[in-house]
Amino acid sequence: MGNGNQQISICILEEQTQLTLSDLCRACAIDAERIIELVDVGVLEPQGREPASWIFVGASLHRARKALRLQRDLGIDLAGAALALELLDEIASLRARLRAMGG
Amino acid sequence: MEFKDYYKIMGVARDATQDEIKRTYRKLARKYHPDVSKEADAEARFKELGEAYEVLKDAEKRAAYDQLGASFKGGQEFRPPPDWNTGFEFSGGDAADYSDFFASLFGRNFRAGGGATFHEKGEDHHAKVLIDLEDTYQGGTRTITLRVPGMDAQGHVITKDRVLNVTIPKGIREGQHIRLSGQGSAGDGEGKAGDLYLEVEFRAHPLYRVDGRDLYLDLPVAPWEAALGATVKVPTLGGIVELKIPEGPVSGRKMRLKGRGIPGDPPGDCYVILSIALPPADNEAARDFYRKMSQELKFNPRARMGV
Repeated sequence: MGNGNQQISICILEEQTQLTLSDLCRACAIDAERIIELVDVGVLEPQGREPASWIFVGASLHRARKALRLQRDLGIDLAGAALALELLDEIASLRARLRAMGG
Repeated sequence: MEFKDYYKIMGVARDATQDEIKRTYRKLARKYHPDVSKEADAEARFKELGEAYEVLKDAEKRAAYDQLGASFKGGQEFRPPPDWNTGFEFSGGDAADYSDFFASLFGRNFRAGGGATFHEKGEDHHAKVLIDLEDTYQGGTRTITLRVPGMDAQGHVITKDRVLNVTIPKGIREGQHIRLSGQGSAGDGEGKAGDLYLEVEFRAHPLYRVDGRDLYLDLPVAPWEAALGATVKVPTLGGIVELKIPEGPVSGRKMRLKGRGIPGDPPGDCYVILSIALPPADNEAARDFYRKMSQELKFNPRARMGV
């Protein structure tokens, strides 16, 4: 492991990164089939027609990990996890708006 | 180490059925899941619950635990009996997070079996980092301390502190992640090291509230500034700017300072929400002034309510 003195390549995952299917598999430590399921239920929306040419936005990494955690920990299926994610996103943006308005 | 009362942690009776335990776990998991919950101690509670459930859901582990439980109470100093058999082995889950108490009963041999692939890339690490709004405006360096599991010379699992100087990329928003390539676990063989991901959270700011890239600022103005119009100073992240307030009703009015929010393409805006601050009537001269206003202005703020 390095220390703080060396040159570390830093970027904002959500803005400066694109991921392929195999990048995503490795980062989530799961099989391609599981990622394909996540695409099927609409948790992830890659560009490109074939799985081999799919390109995911950087935000997909934590979205996928979160969906998988919810599925594993709450005993729900991926479609349920997808719904939970959408509702959580909506709550987060409503909360941010409420806070911004001084609520 | 302390004896952990798994029944108490889950809030179930000692004679609860496996179904009851499962239902209780599901319910509590939904309540305390760190991805869902807003409870302050959700993460710690969820870990504790996971550990309790890991034991109680499994008839064999539960039976073994019950045997011990008869002679111990939660929080009591605990040492496993000498004849205790630590032969259990299981895999999966984030078992590395379980307590020493758990490990003393069921062992730590629960890393899911990694493949025998050589030159595999190392594991990624994930952590959170708390930064100030100023850090994302200017970019800046933060020293962060990560607690990482490691092994001591005897092969015991220990926690080490790891200090990193991290450059905060300018314009990063709450909830986004900083990726530090190669700062995760070392790879196997010639495999590359894993990456470190830091999820960004902002410390609450005394002046601004944040929504995405936009900032919101409550700006008090004096009644005469509001009534007559004025040019007032506004603090922004980039320094003080002057804002022209047109005359007229102002309370709750929202004005936009374009591009004065969090930097980016496009940058966010800073919304200034005006509110009227009344001068305090804390001396006779000020009170006289208010009396004079009440006589001369003939103002009924509730006129539209018909009272």
